[in-house]
Amino acid sequence: MSSHFTFFPDEHKPIEGDTTKMNMMQAINNAMDITLKTDSSAVLFGEDVAFGGVFRCALGLQEKYGNDRVFNTPLCEQGIAGFGIGLATAGATAIAEIQFADYIFPAFDQLVNEAAKCRYRSGGQFDCGGLTVRAPCGAVGHGGLYHSQSPEAFFSHAPGLKVVVPRGPISAKGLLLSCLKERDPCVFLEPKILYRAAAEEVPTASYEIPLGKAQVLKEGDAATLIGWGTQVHVLLEVAQTAQETLGISCEVIDLMSILPWDEETVCNSVKKTGRCLVAHEAPLTSGFGAELAATVQSECFLHLEAPVARVTGWDAPFPHVFEPFYLPDKMRCLSALEKLIHY
Amino acid sequence: MSKLIPSAAKLLSGATVSKAAAPAVVASKTNYSTKSESTFEIKPYKLHKLDKGPATSATLTSEDALQLYEKLAVLRRIETASGNLYKEKIIRGFCHLYSGQEAVAVGMRAALRDVDSVITAYRCHGWTHLMGVSVLGVLSELTGRRTGCSRGKGGSMHLYGRNFYGGNGIVGAQVPLGAGLAFAHKYRGDGGVAFALYGDGAANQGQLFEAYNMAKLWDLPCVFVCENNGYGMGTSVDRSSASTEYFSRGDYVPGIWVDGMDVIATREATRYAIDYCSSGKGPLVMEMETYRYSGHSMSDPGTSYRTRDEVQEVRQTRDPITSFKEKIIASELVTPDQLKEIDTKVRKEVDEATKQAKAEAEVGPEELAGDIYYNNLENVIRGIHPAAPLQHVEVVPRN
Ligand SMILES: Cc1ncc(C[n+]2csc(CCOP(=O)(O)OP(=O)(O)O)c2C)c(N)n1
Ligand SMILES: [Mg+2]
Repeated sequence: MSSHFTFFPDEHKPIEGDTTKMNMMQAINNAMDITLKTDSSAVLFGEDVAFGGVFRCALGLQEKYGNDRVFNTPLCEQGIAGFGIGLATAGATAIAEIQFADYIFPAFDQLVNEAAKCRYRSGGQFDCGGLTVRAPCGAVGHGGLYHSQSPEAFFSHAPGLKVVVPRGPISAKGLLLSCLKERDPCVFLEPKILYRAAAEEVPTASYEIPLGKAQVLKEGDAATLIGWGTQVHVLLEVAQTAQETLGISCEVIDLMSILPWDEETVCNSVKKTGRCLVAHEAPLTSGFGAELAATVQSECFLHLEAPVARVTGWDAPFPHVFEPFYLPDKMRCLSALEKLIHY
Repeated sequence: MSKLIPSAAKLLSGATVSKAAAPAVVASKTNYSTKSESTFEIKPYKLHKLDKGPATSATLTSEDALQLYEKLAVLRRIETASGNLYKEKIIRGFCHLYSGQEAVAVGMRAALRDVDSVITAYRCHGWTHLMGVSVLGVLSELTGRRTGCSRGKGGSMHLYGRNFYGGNGIVGAQVPLGAGLAFAHKYRGDGGVAFALYGDGAANQGQLFEAYNMAKLWDLPCVFVCENNGYGMGTSVDRSSASTEYFSRGDYVPGIWVDGMDVIATREATRYAIDYCSSGKGPLVMEMETYRYSGHSMSDPGTSYRTRDEVQEVRQTRDPITSFKEKIIASELVTPDQLKEIDTKVRKEVDEATKQAKAEAEVGPEELAGDIYYNNLENVIRGIHPAAPLQHVEVVPRN
């Protein structure tokens, strides 16, 4: 299958020490393995998780930790989320897998109305911070309407939740371990096309990548390109091509945390470059790019050389036959970048 | 092998015609059936809160038998073709086959009246065809071509037809819709019954119980049909469900367990259900016990959570087509030659449709922005494009 992006492995190692070659599926498996080993309250559950889940992220964990800690749930997302919230409220580290992010919507009420508001409405007496909900998201080449969506913006509108999207094996392991330790409920969205896309040398030991912090993956001065998940790789390639064909150097930022997001890193970069392009797979209207654009224009107004550009999916359902036309691919981003530069 | 269609063949009972162009040969009298009717016993139903269930025996005419057989054969063949198209990467995405479960849809369809409606989940290729969409309409939807019944825009899980409210991708979501369809039947007073199908896995979704309650509260003509094929993806029923007596899980909604591998049983049970619901008694739950041969979808080989022997055993002892075939031959309703003729005809029909479904064009990219709204207030679909914005197009004429 030809995909719409080229994978750029991480060059930077988050910690010193031994590494193992892992793809993102293995890195996520490894993070959960570490947590199940070191945190006796940790449990992992979801549809077909006992034999690894459809993407095999939980592979081998039931054999290792027993079926009272790693188990299948019935097919009932609202129940899975509610059950996880209860379990976490009682003090456990609850790792709930929702089979596809497209199927998280039956659980939306539980996450938005129960998980997000738990701490606040009890005056700080109760919380479900031990809950992390993992779900595979994003385009995969041929997923059609219900195996492709990117729902991060929906959850970004629910104060009390943390929303995180990794871009590859190293970031997935570190960010997931942070979510599992985090004392607030987290929604961890895993771009499913990356599970097996490519491998990185992932540190074998436990490490955390802080939530709420973006990473500058490439420095530059002509424009700031911001994305998360798979889109980061599209943008890295755009920056490379722009260097070669336009002779400009772009700064590329992986936002990683959607809620809360790293305003400081983003705004410092845009103040330096004067130009900002945000790209995401989800539709344009009320996509998370809207939030970035609004903040950038208010915080960096006097530094901006051009309006903030957004390159996104269309305001249409995710299509069955038109995926290549739908995605904010390299060519669309590049063309928006050229406009941004020549504004 | 004769190329005659069965009804024409019957007129020539007692003789057979060999391949076109080849000289006719006189064959034995047994080539075409002589018996016109036969009665069959049905495996006992299990009842929940019902005094009386469906008839435990049923009579088929030889024409019934041939028709049921043909439908069973077409459905199996469509799925074989779909599986192959998927392996050729012409069908992309997610594709769920119905092989093994044909008797549920075929028997039910044989009892349905023109006024009844059906909604099901994603295992919907066969249902769509039975509800009137051509084999080509089904297969080209799967291949994403313009001749698909949803213009290629829905794909494998989203086939639609008259009185057929779709294949649905979100597990369980179609069931409350079924209650809504039933209310519409009742409100319009058209006497129709709505059939909402779902799987044993879906049976654990909370919204089913909301739907049962509404349907009973308002006495809606709704039949909740649980197709229990033993597994929801890789999870067997006893690992997912505290009670696997799906026919009783509507609690206050009466229920029937039916042998879903027997097309005669599913037909009789559906007749009973129509009668029950259209006489104002409210909803029913009907569990059809069946089996799926393939993996859950094309990406699942279907062997990690069950043994090959288990699948083999069902194929050998309970296959809905083979078992029906044996019955109707043994009772002399039909002859093996008649069935072979049907097989040939079906294979040809599906093969031709398959070829066509590969050759058709996709709809144009302008339809990426087609039919998002009835009335798109802006005409332009928002999104970023280097050249031009997408115009909202109304593909289906508005009235
Ligand atoms: C809300 C939701 N959750 C999960 C899925 C993924 N999924 C698709 S089919 C399926 C299993 C359903 O099993 P069952 O209801 O028994 O139907 P069968 O596939 O056996 O026909 C799952 C988990 C989905 N489509 N929708
Ligand atoms: Mg099932």
